[in-house]
Amino acid sequence: MSFGQRVDLALADPILKIAVERTAGTAEAKRKIAVDAFPAFEDARTRAAAIKDHVIANLGHYLEIFETNAVAAGAKVHWARTAQEASTIVIDLCRAAGAKSVARSKSMLGEEIGLPHALAEAGITRVETDLAEHIIQLADERPSHIVWPAMHKTREQVSALFKAKHRDPHVEETITAMAESARRHLRTEMLSADVGISGANFLIADSGSICTVTNEGNAELSVVPPRVHIVTAGIEKLVPSMPHAIHLLRLLARSATGAALTQYTSFYTGPKRADDRDGPEEMHIVLIDNGRSAMAADAALKEMLRCIRCGACMNHCVVFRQVGGHAYGGTYPGPMGAVLTPALDGLSANRDLAHACTMNGRCQEVCPVNIPLPTLLRGWRERSWREGLEPQTMRQGLGLWRRLVLRPWAYRIASANAVRAMRVLARGGWIKRMPLAGAWTDHRDMPAPTGGTFMAQYAKGRRR
Amino acid sequence: MTRPTVALFVTCLVDAMRPSIGFASLSVLEDAGYDVVVPPGQTCCGQPAFNSGDRAGAEAIAKATIACLEPYDAIVVPSGSCGGTIKVHYPEMFEHDAAWLARAQAVADKTHEILSFLHAAGWTPDGVTLPATVAYHDSCSGLRELGIKRQPRAMLGAVAGLEQVPLAGAETCCGFGGTFCVKYPAISNAVVEEKAKAIEDSGADLLLSGDLGCLMNMAGKLHRRGARTRVFHTVEVLAGMADGPAIGEDA
Repeated sequence: MSFGQRVDLALADPILKIAVERTAGTAEAKRKIAVDAFPAFEDARTRAAAIKDHVIANLGHYLEIFETNAVAAGAKVHWARTAQEASTIVIDLCRAAGAKSVARSKSMLGEEIGLPHALAEAGITRVETDLAEHIIQLADERPSHIVWPAMHKTREQVSALFKAKHRDPHVEETITAMAESARRHLRTEMLSADVGISGANFLIADSGSICTVTNEGNAELSVVPPRVHIVTAGIEKLVPSMPHAIHLLRLLARSATGAALTQYTSFYTGPKRADDRDGPEEMHIVLIDNGRSAMAADAALKEMLRCIRCGACMNHCVVFRQVGGHAYGGTYPGPMGAVLTPALDGLSANRDLAHACTMNGRCQEVCPVNIPLPTLLRGWRERSWREGLEPQTMRQGLGLWRRLVLRPWAYRIASANAVRAMRVLARGGWIKRMPLAGAWTDHRDMPAPTGGTFMAQYAKGRRR
Repeated sequence: MTRPTVALFVTCLVDAMRPSIGFASLSVLEDAGYDVVVPPGQTCCGQPAFNSGDRAGAEAIAKATIACLEPYDAIVVPSGSCGGTIKVHYPEMFEHDAAWLARAQAVADKTHEILSFLHAAGWTPDGVTLPATVAYHDSCSGLRELGIKRQPRAMLGAVAGLEQVPLAGAETCCGFGGTFCVKYPAISNAVVEEKAKAIEDSGADLLLSGDLGCLMNMAGKLHRRGARTRVFHTVEVLAGMADGPAIGEDA
């Protein structure tokens, strides 16, 4: 399906709009309260951006430190260059552990490397432990948001889904009863999993720790009881030390949900030690590049590696708010997805993403690490133009216009003619239908030019 | 005593679609104590090329515009979007070219969006009366690239009889986005539909903003929906020209 088709589908779905508006609207309002109450938010995000930029500029250095410290803590570190390598490593680890079932704590990187599919191929049962991911799994869909994967569903739709799929579904139509239904359905499967798989919100170099944040405590329940804990993490998740992680955590939750912190913020340093009461016997950390080191070396993309996956850009994006996440077609939706998807999945099939943006700058304004998202999107537009991916009609039209703009005398003639032509089409000041401008007049009227260009009138001596 | 001179960069949209915004600009700038010249070689700032990915085309147009504007002490633009292109994006375009970067930066430094320029000059409308309620939309480039928010509201506060009413989502994009609105008409329509509803819900007689592109988009949607809201560029109101035809009204 093309981008245009996905957009049409999304716009034709009135329930989707309600669902997106409920969650994103609430997130927007709560974020504002949290950020307004945060002392010197602007300074904090400048520092956050500086922390990430420093790590990105010194990736190799911090990766080595992280590996050394993670290994010293008893974890095994694996390196994956591609999504394929990463999922193969994870599947091999699951097989080596004799895993029949894995408990998975929501991770967008897992989606990026195709882990759900790879586990199914390997015949390993996957128990999604994040409530929204559980919903997505029951519905056999893909996440539509990086923080709320089931954002596109209303609670009414989820209720019907639970009633159809849960062993012992809720009766009462309350959120509490629905959560209980999911808990009954999931708890046993979760606790009996052989392997727990999580992502990482941060990799802390000087201790070799990984950090997860959740609001449901499902990461902890996913990775502590099983014998083996596998972490999949993008190499850009590195921070030098705990204080750096804490600084970013203060911005992450506020930007995502408006909370000061998530309900659960956990740090894991190596597997179970001899005197620990619980924890996995093995901890594997799969460090995944999948195009990230190439992005770090690319001036038009490296700032994207600052991203801490809060979702604020999409919550505040007028396009996302209309079409939801699935329309973007990649793992990551919204403005950050529009930058990442061409890098991950190729530009030619995804050239629309960078263009389907009004360049209003709201995404950068709310980004806790000040990623210049409009600039990065424009970078993709330029690349698309250079590589000849833009439609010929667009190139020719713009080329003709450029030749006029660069010749003021010709431009004056052309603009005067255009004004005259448009006035012929006008009735009572408005143009209801205009050849070649149906994209405008299909949806709104065009105010007719008032007659005579400014430059022509000024040249004739008009001054007011 | 000689009056300082400013150059008016009219913008391509005002030039073709609504020259009255240009004449309103002349009027308020003269009232604020400036002599205004209109550089004859001006056409478009090149933003359509820049935002379409045609970087070479954008740079060629930027160079022509810089050459056209650099002789003047100050340049005033009745648009946050075109003003932002010159002030913010021209220097970005020439990061790789020291000679042009210096020229781009010099022009950027002396280019001003008209509402922020007038406000910084301490100007307020004198003797302008407009008994109407007004909703104000913050056009995105002006708001986020140039920090235009309180300046127009402060100056409108000096218009007798004018009452500013709150507009829900005043800082939310109207869905125009230059060529975006014709490249992705269905998305643009959904966005401007919400904007139009918010404007209607405000109950305001007038919708104002500082960018003609956004204004045409919102006015066109309001008219298609049968709304009675009249739409003007802020500078037209400040110049006392709101007794004339609003956007889309016949003279």
